[in-house]
Amino acid sequence: MKLTLKIWRQKGPNEKGEFKTYVHDKVSPDMSFLEMLDVLNTELIKKGEEPVHFDHDCREGICGMCSLYINGRPHGPLQTTTCQLHMRSFKDGETITIEPWRAKPFPVIKDLVVDRSAFDRIQQAGGYISVNTGAAPDANEIPIPKKIADEAMDAATCIGCGACVAACKNASAMLFVAAKVSHLALLPQGHAERKERVERMVAQMDAEGFGACTNTRACEAECPKGISVAHIARLNREYYNAMLTSYELPSKAGGDG
Amino acid sequence: MNNWFIRFLTSSVGKKLLMALTGLFLILFLVVHLSGNLQLLHNDGGKSFNIYAEFMSTNVFIQTISKLNFTFILLHVLLSLYLTIQNRRARGGKRYAVTSGKSSVWASRNMGILGTLVLIFLVVHLRHFYGEMHFGSVPTVNYDGKEVRNLAAVVDYWFSKDWYVALYVFCMGALGFHLWHGFVSAFQTLGLNHPKYNGLIFFVGKAFAVIVPALFAYIPIAMYFNL
Repeated sequence: MKLTLKIWRQKGPNEKGEFKTYVHDKVSPDMSFLEMLDVLNTELIKKGEEPVHFDHDCREGICGMCSLYINGRPHGPLQTTTCQLHMRSFKDGETITIEPWRAKPFPVIKDLVVDRSAFDRIQQAGGYISVNTGAAPDANEIPIPKKIADEAMDAATCIGCGACVAACKNASAMLFVAAKVSHLALLPQGHAERKERVERMVAQMDAEGFGACTNTRACEAECPKGISVAHIARLNREYYNAMLTSYELPSKAGGDG
Repeated sequence: MNNWFIRFLTSSVGKKLLMALTGLFLILFLVVHLSGNLQLLHNDGGKSFNIYAEFMSTNVFIQTISKLNFTFILLHVLLSLYLTIQNRRARGGKRYAVTSGKSSVWASRNMGILGTLVLIFLVVHLRHFYGEMHFGSVPTVNYDGKEVRNLAAVVDYWFSKDWYVALYVFCMGALGFHLWHGFVSAFQTLGLNHPKYNGLIFFVGKAFAVIVPALFAYIPIAMYFNL
């Protein structure tokens, strides 16, 4: 296969980036998208040029590290991660535009690599549960209906890749936050921090500068794990309930909350 | 920002909630407005419409609701403006070079443009009808000894102009697309998303988005062509 690649190149966080065009003729339809970029980088290194920087890790679709906005869609034309996208999804001679995730809270570090630590900070704000140390509890000690366990598991499959933010016209992180809140709100283990969690996580999401949801459902359509916007509705319910019925949270600054 | 209620309503979720609640109120308003307008289709020289319009513009209860309605329109518009700016800012300094419309419905991505069209229509519409009725001089007619302002004649005048009818119908199209996303979206924002009633919300929402603007648009068309 011979492809024309328009790739976003940016030397550093504060540099002005631009698209550079590469003609890549060593592409096999069986390569994954990332392997295709590996081959391009090998060629660039041979020529003494700077290779294209991009995020990747497990290459089996479970770590959430790979990103790339390919031809106007996060993770490209299939609803999967970029590492699980293969070149057979493209036509010979096609021009492919590759951009980094674009969101103010996801600043570009270099080329196609963006800083997604905003997600970590949201998670740290409330995406945890309290457990007693000691021996592992009996697996069947707490009864959880199958349906609820399944629903929580669906939410828990979120790998935090940020495709929802990239896909959303508002760069909203609502699906990510919804998945994290929903996962723990459904389970008895998450009950102790239930209200505090949603309050803190939504506040952190807003503080990071993500947009607000307008229910276009683009996130759901592009999420490699197929997480449903039904979780966003649950996030809303959890948030209303928390804001209207919780005890006031002590604010971080030590004020009266 | 220390008050919990202010924090609630100024959060991203809280602002969505206000958009949804004001939107749903305006949806209710459309039903009331349409039921009044449909009386223009009576072949009675505008009598039933005029009596209805006189009642609506003089009744204290209705006038209170009307003030509330204006407040909600203003809130809906200002909040959407604020959210649009905020949401555009969230994308950052650089926008995507290539975007695809495959993952969402056109109307859902263009609520701002559609809403602006509806707002422009609203201003023109208020100037010609509401403004005339409340601040202008509408000639009166006598029904069984009761002096009633002849708003039907004003409507007749504007609905005989082709450009006005075209504008009206076009803007009802915009309203239809706005509702196509807005109706169902409001329920999602309220957190009402469940397999038990999703089908009902979807069906009623889409049907409403087609039928209500179509009936609104039918009235000027019928009056223009004397159907």
